Amino acid sequence: MDAFKSLLVILLSSVLVNNYVLSRFLGICPFLGVSKKLDQATGMGIAVTAVMLLATAVTWPIQYFLLDKVGLGYMQTIVFILVIASLVQLLELLLKRFIPALHKGLGVYLPLITTNCAVLGVAINNINDGYNFLQSMVSSLGVGLGFLLAMVLFSGLRSRIEESNIPKPFRGLGATLIAASFLSLAFMGFAGIVEKLFA
Amino acid sequence: MKKNGSLSVLLKGLLKENPVFVLILGTCPTLATTTNVTGAFGMGIAALAVLVCSNILISLLRKVIPDNVRIPCYIVVIAGFVTIVQMIVQAFLPGLYEMLGVYLPLITVNCIILGRAEMFAGKNNVGKSALDGIGMGLGFTLALVVMATIREVLGNASFAGIEIGFLQNYKIEFLVKAPGGLLVYGCLIALVYVITRGKAPLKKSFSCAGCPNAANCQTGTCEAPAETVAETPAANSEEGGAQ
Repeated sequence: MDAFKSLLVILLSSVLVNNYVLSRFLGICPFLGVSKKLDQATGMGIAVTAVMLLATAVTWPIQYFLLDKVGLGYMQTIVFILVIASLVQLLELLLKRFIPALHKGLGVYLPLITTNCAVLGVAINNINDGYNFLQSMVSSLGVGLGFLLAMVLFSGLRSRIEESNIPKPFRGLGATLIAASFLSLAFMGFAGIVEKLFA
Repeated sequence: MKKNGSLSVLLKGLLKENPVFVLILGTCPTLATTTNVTGAFGMGIAALAVLVCSNILISLLRKVIPDNVRIPCYIVVIAGFVTIVQMIVQAFLPGLYEMLGVYLPLITVNCIILGRAEMFAGKNNVGKSALDGIGMGLGFTLALVVMATIREVLGNASFAGIEIGFLQNYKIEFLVKAPGGLLVYGCLIALVYVITRGKAPLKKSFSCAGCPNAANCQTGTCEAPAETVAETPAANSEEGGAQ
């Protein structure tokens, strides 16, 4: 029961409290880039979640069973980024070959994820936080869902911005960032909620 | 003329093509490490070091690396230098290492470095690439320090850890938290637009050319460039016309 509770805490806190985009600033580029339309935001969010889970499932064993065993812990960054980049490419090829329908929906987002700092960030953070394999997977799922949530919410805000009359210097990215700031402010309200829920 | 050319390569990174405020690259570390001036300066210098080294090496290798696999090659080169910088910082500046945390290894996926490799170092000679690296790195550092100064002085009433007495009762703590970063960044982008308008290069020429994923990207997937293209160049050309 305790183990389940700790997993739930990890999940909820990475979705709401420590939302990667809005409070840790990882993955800002796709957040700003692909959040203009709801369907694209959703597609990107799902693709990122899938890649995060996959990347963690691969990088966690690599760190503990390969790098740590042979004393190459410092190679973490290089190995992880290479593994993630090739994984994404591989996933794209496989989807294209075997599930063309899904590739059509999500495939276009995959190449953009290769250099997404949230994916590398979650892989490294899981190791730094000392999570076991299950906790790492749950944390990746939470981060991915948090990303999806932020993308979907923000795409709603974006469509309002498009219609409004904004002073010239703020048009484009300026207003977008300020809107993101308000969304982030709303998410600050979640601080402490998870600990209180399960205290 | 020659000297002029090199000088402009060096200086354009500071304001006209500032990686943070004009090219909008490397947003993640910009927002995350600017809660205090020390961390921002450290981040800037670390990225500068990686940028110069990777620009030089990639420029040297630009004729050797096959075009199809250049992105993975660039990533390996960059990740190598990041690891070196990470080890140096960990050994000599443990305090800074703690402060930057995960953002130090994440320099690897900082779009500025990959973006400059793709935009500049892959196409220019070693000397120019090194200068470009220094200029862009300084521009990045400058942008981070400016943003951190605003956030730390107003948000925490201190500068690089030194407390400012008369502001102690007027801290706007919101600014050192996550939303404050986004707010300050948005305002600074608008400010730089006002300062450089008409003179700043059109974002169009950078938006997709500068994106490391441009080759893979299908039109309409990534919308930030499309949007900025729709907004800014129109405005810019108006300004240009007026002048």
